[in-house]
Amino acid sequence: MALFQIAEPGESAAPHQHKLAVGIDLGTTNSLVATVKSGVASVLPDALGRPLLPSAVRYRDGESPVVGYDALAGQSSDPSNVIVSVKRFMGRSIDELPYRESMPYRFEAGPGALSLKTVAGVKTPVEVSADILRELRTRAEAALGGELVGAVITVPAYFDDAQRQATKDAARLAGLSVLRLLNEPTAAALAYGLDNAAEGVYAVYDLGGGTFDISILRLSRGVFEVLSTGGDSFLGGDDFDQRIFCWVIEAAKLKPLSGEDARHLLTCAREAKEFLTNHGAAPIVARIGSGELVDLELTTETFTEITRTLVEKTLKPVRRALRDAGLSIADVKGVVMVGGATRMPQVQRAVGEFFEKAPLNNLDPEKVVALGAAIQANLLAGNRASGDDWLLLDVIPLSLGLETMGGLVERIIPRNSTIPVARAQEFTTFRDGQTALALHVVQGERELVGDCRSLGRFELRKIPPMVAGAARIRVSFQVDADGLLSVSARETTSGVESSIAVKPSYGLSDDAIARMLKDSLDHAKDDTARRAVKELQVEAQRLVEAIRSALVADGDLLLPDARERIESGIARLQAAMLGEDRHAIARCIDELETETGAFAALRMDRTIRDAFSGKKIDAIARELASSEKGGET
Amino acid sequence: MVGVVWVGGRMGFERVLMDFNVDHFALFGLPEKFRTDTDLLDKRYREMQVLAHPDRYAGAGDEEKRVSMQWATRVNEAYQTLKNPLRRAAYLMLLAGRKLDVESNTAMPTEFLIEQMEWREAVAEARRAREQTELEQLYHRVKQQMKCRYERLANLLDDEADTALAEDEVLRLMFLDKLVSEIDDALVALEA
Repeated sequence: MALFQIAEPGESAAPHQHKLAVGIDLGTTNSLVATVKSGVASVLPDALGRPLLPSAVRYRDGESPVVGYDALAGQSSDPSNVIVSVKRFMGRSIDELPYRESMPYRFEAGPGALSLKTVAGVKTPVEVSADILRELRTRAEAALGGELVGAVITVPAYFDDAQRQATKDAARLAGLSVLRLLNEPTAAALAYGLDNAAEGVYAVYDLGGGTFDISILRLSRGVFEVLSTGGDSFLGGDDFDQRIFCWVIEAAKLKPLSGEDARHLLTCAREAKEFLTNHGAAPIVARIGSGELVDLELTTETFTEITRTLVEKTLKPVRRALRDAGLSIADVKGVVMVGGATRMPQVQRAVGEFFEKAPLNNLDPEKVVALGAAIQANLLAGNRASGDDWLLLDVIPLSLGLETMGGLVERIIPRNSTIPVARAQEFTTFRDGQTALALHVVQGERELVGDCRSLGRFELRKIPPMVAGAARIRVSFQVDADGLLSVSARETTSGVESSIAVKPSYGLSDDAIARMLKDSLDHAKDDTARRAVKELQVEAQRLVEAIRSALVADGDLLLPDARERIESGIARLQAAMLGEDRHAIARCIDELETETGAFAALRMDRTIRDAFSGKKIDAIARELASSEKGGET
Repeated sequence: MVGVVWVGGRMGFERVLMDFNVDHFALFGLPEKFRTDTDLLDKRYREMQVLAHPDRYAGAGDEEKRVSMQWATRVNEAYQTLKNPLRRAAYLMLLAGRKLDVESNTAMPTEFLIEQMEWREAVAEARRAREQTELEQLYHRVKQQMKCRYERLANLLDDEADTALAEDEVLRLMFLDKLVSEIDDALVALEA
């Protein structure tokens, strides 16, 4: 809420109140939650002091799910109910999953998103991710002693719209308010850059458990500008495990394995990979279900050899990202390594050779993303301290377009455009009397629709019948600061309009989310209702005060009857606040917020325009900076 | 001024949006010239995003978030247009009332078109034969020609105010720009 406080950026409604906000790295293998306390970002550990939460959820019959290490413990005995690496399934259909056969899960195709059958019922990847996020939320709220105002959740830069949307849905389901979806390499650059007062062009090489990202950023006087990004959302540490796993099967001449054996050997493969980080050879010893004993030794040389193509596969997007940024290797001042998988010596070596400089490893590659997210969350929540005058300018990773005649893609917004970004394109009808136009929104770099990601379809109807080519249909794409797309279409001669927030074909419908939310709330306790009333009363009070002061400052922007409507809205809310009827208060707040929405917009517009209108921006920036200092004492 | 048309939620908002239609140069407080102080442009851009970017309004109401997004979008669009010399030139033409007709470029002189075709064939040939050095030489030759043309364009736009000749120059540069990205593609294809 706090509808009006934005008129004075940097000054929070209650300057002395530190708002609880966290950064969450929702990883393929491990997840973390971090926060900023007294100006320092740190990872919040669990009760046993462990910073990582394995991204694993075990579903049980009639009991609540178990998340993290305890879930992993059940992995060999109950593989089909322990879901790991769920991030790889986010926003995906079943046909898009590689190595599906070697996974011990019971997949269900479903109409859009895939889902998994467990003893606790059918679970979508969004629900599984929500269980992980809920665990992190509980951890954070216990550690910080209060409810969170919001979270910044990181996603691979190379995530497409469907995957981003799925991540946001999961957060909603976990009861988290998403302040921003932040690209993982950008988060890392933020943590690294602020820590080292870095200036110049940096590359962030981020090889996680299941995804690979490369981002090229320019750091300049507190502005973190992403110049280009690239990657592969199907490439990560898991693939190295898989290579070892295949090598084991071949070397030990094993017959097709059961789900349990496969899981067991994959675990051995991962342990061997980690062991090789500091050793020249790793033993792989396991007894499988048939009684056979696997007893092998994997040397660094063999490991390097069987994973060479994977390492090379990362360098292709690196080249492209450099080219997209219009830069050469010599322009890159440093390479920040992120993700546990960058610990592998052959990865370090290949990156060092490519960039002709030793990679930077002075931040824990597993924590740096969460720390960056925490720093961003702290700022977005309004806990701005003086000196926090930095800004992130990020890009979209993949081009957005529309299907045109013949299954071709018309590119509307090219990849690596700085967000937020909007573009409009005009189309026309191709048949006489055509009254509807089907729009198919796609994402990707290929020229054929079939090779791109389908994000959604919608139809513009009731176009007045005209001869072919006479209609003027303006299709607008808007990508917001989270990198999420919404599309609207309008026939300009008649004004017929249609719009969608692109709910990807693989996403969840709002109804589905509402149902899941209700299900999870049914378990909640009763006193939350009373607390909700209290919170609403506080919120209402703040809203009234904010509007009153806004009216004093900028009441001149309003027509008399508009002002009257606002005043009577305030009166109604104040009356409702005296009672205990939560719904009545909420309704009055909503009404008042709607009533004042345009006023707020006008005020903000005045603020920005005053700032822009040829006046000395430097002076304004200084003013802002000094008012921040004043606010944060 | 703006408040006069305030008639309710949506309408008020639309009015707000209409008001930011000043041209890109005015937005950044830069003179309407092709020769642009790019350092100053960068600096102004960053200063504006510091004020307008949605990250500054994460705790605000929906309307303000939307206004912030619209402004940040607007600033990004203006910046991208002015930063790229070709887009900047095309934009200046637009401001001067000349809409570039890129589709029907039949008006281009024949010898220029022939030269383009020859160059394109040379690129395709070098790509087939995996002649990296040849591609790099072509790249530098095209870049050199572009540099000369940009200088001429600057004269035409800023000193002589000859938009007709400038338009011709912009169209030629668009060809060359396309050619450069083709050579780029070919070079990347060789690397992989």
